[in-house]
Amino acid sequence: MSILTALEWLARTRWSIALHESQYMWPLLETTHVLCLTLFVGTTAMLDLRLLGVAMTRVPASEFTERVLPWTRAGFAVMIITGGLLFSATPVTYYQSLFFRLKMILLAMAGLNVWLFHSRIHQHIGVWDLAPIPPRAARVAAVVSLVAWAGVVVAGRLVAYNWFACDLQPQSAFVNWASGCVLPPP
Amino acid sequence: MIESLLPFFEWCEGTGLGQLVRTSLWLFPVIESVHLLGLSALGGTVLLVDLRMLGAGLTRQSLSSVATAVHPWLVASVALLMLSGISLFLSEAVKCFYNPSFWVKMATLPVALLYTFTVRRRVAMNPRRDTSPLTRLVAAVSLLLWFTVAAAGRWIGYSS
Repeated sequence: MSILTALEWLARTRWSIALHESQYMWPLLETTHVLCLTLFVGTTAMLDLRLLGVAMTRVPASEFTERVLPWTRAGFAVMIITGGLLFSATPVTYYQSLFFRLKMILLAMAGLNVWLFHSRIHQHIGVWDLAPIPPRAARVAAVVSLVAWAGVVVAGRLVAYNWFACDLQPQSAFVNWASGCVLPPP
Repeated sequence: MIESLLPFFEWCEGTGLGQLVRTSLWLFPVIESVHLLGLSALGGTVLLVDLRMLGAGLTRQSLSSVATAVHPWLVASVALLMLSGISLFLSEAVKCFYNPSFWVKMATLPVALLYTFTVRRRVAMNPRRDTSPLTRLVAAVSLLLWFTVAAAGRWIGYSS
C-alpha cells in the first residue's frame, strides 16, 4: 500500500470528514497551532540569539537549556499534536502540497540540527556556559536553527495558498513532480 | 459612531501601499509570513518575562535583569509586527471594518501595548517586586491580554 492510498483511506474515515467539515474544531486547532509559535519558536529564537551572543549575554547558556527548554518542548508537543490533527482533516491535500512538503523537509533539517546541537555541542556547555559569545559550532547551530524554523513558519503559512495544487492543472512539470501529483493518462 | 470611520477605512484601502499589496499575488502571503515571524519573536520576549514573573523559566536571574535584556527584542518585535500588520490592514481595510475579530484585536492591542510598557515594565524593574503575588497577577494579565490580541488576530481570517 502506497502512502497516497493510505492517506486516501484516512481522508474517507468518519473522523477526517467530521474534522474537515467542522465549523469550530478546525479553526480552534489551527489557532492553537499558530499561537504555540510564541511558546515554541519564540523561546527557541531567544536561545538561538543567546547562542549567537547577541541577546541576554549575561545569562548562562545552560540556564536556557535547563530552565527554558522544558517550555520549548511543551510548545513543540502541542504543535505536533495540533499539526497532526489538522493534517488528518485533509491528508491528501497536504501530502500533495508543495509548501507542505517543503515544510517537512525544513522540519527534518531543523530536527537534525537540534540533534547535532544536543549530542555534540551541548555536551561541552560547561566550558563556554558563561562566555558572552559561545564557540563557533554553537553559533553555526543557532543560525541554522533560526533559518530552518523561520522557513518552517513561512512554508507553513503558505500551505494555505493553493497556487501549486494538483487539482489546478496545468502546473509545470517540476511542480507536478515535486508535489507528487497523479495525472490522468493523456 | 463607528460608521463615521468608514470613509477613513476606504481611504486606507486607496493608499499606494494598500493597492500594491492587494494587487500583488505574492505580497500579502509574504507579509503575512513576516507577521507570523514577528508573532513568534514577540511571544518569546513576552513569555520569558511573564514566566519569570510567575516563578518559572529564568528564575536564577533577577526579574529586572531579564526584563532589561529582553526589552530591545520586545521593541523590535513590536516594530516588525506593526509594519507588517499595517501593510496587511491597508490592503483590506474595508473588509477589516466589517470584521468583528478585527475590532476585538484593535480594542485589546493598545491596552496590551500600554500595559506592557507601563504597568508591567514598572513592576518588572522594581527590585522589591522580584517575587510577589502582585508580580504574578501582572504577568497573568499580560498573558491574557496578548493571548486575546493574537487569537483575535488569527480569527480575522475566519470571521470575514
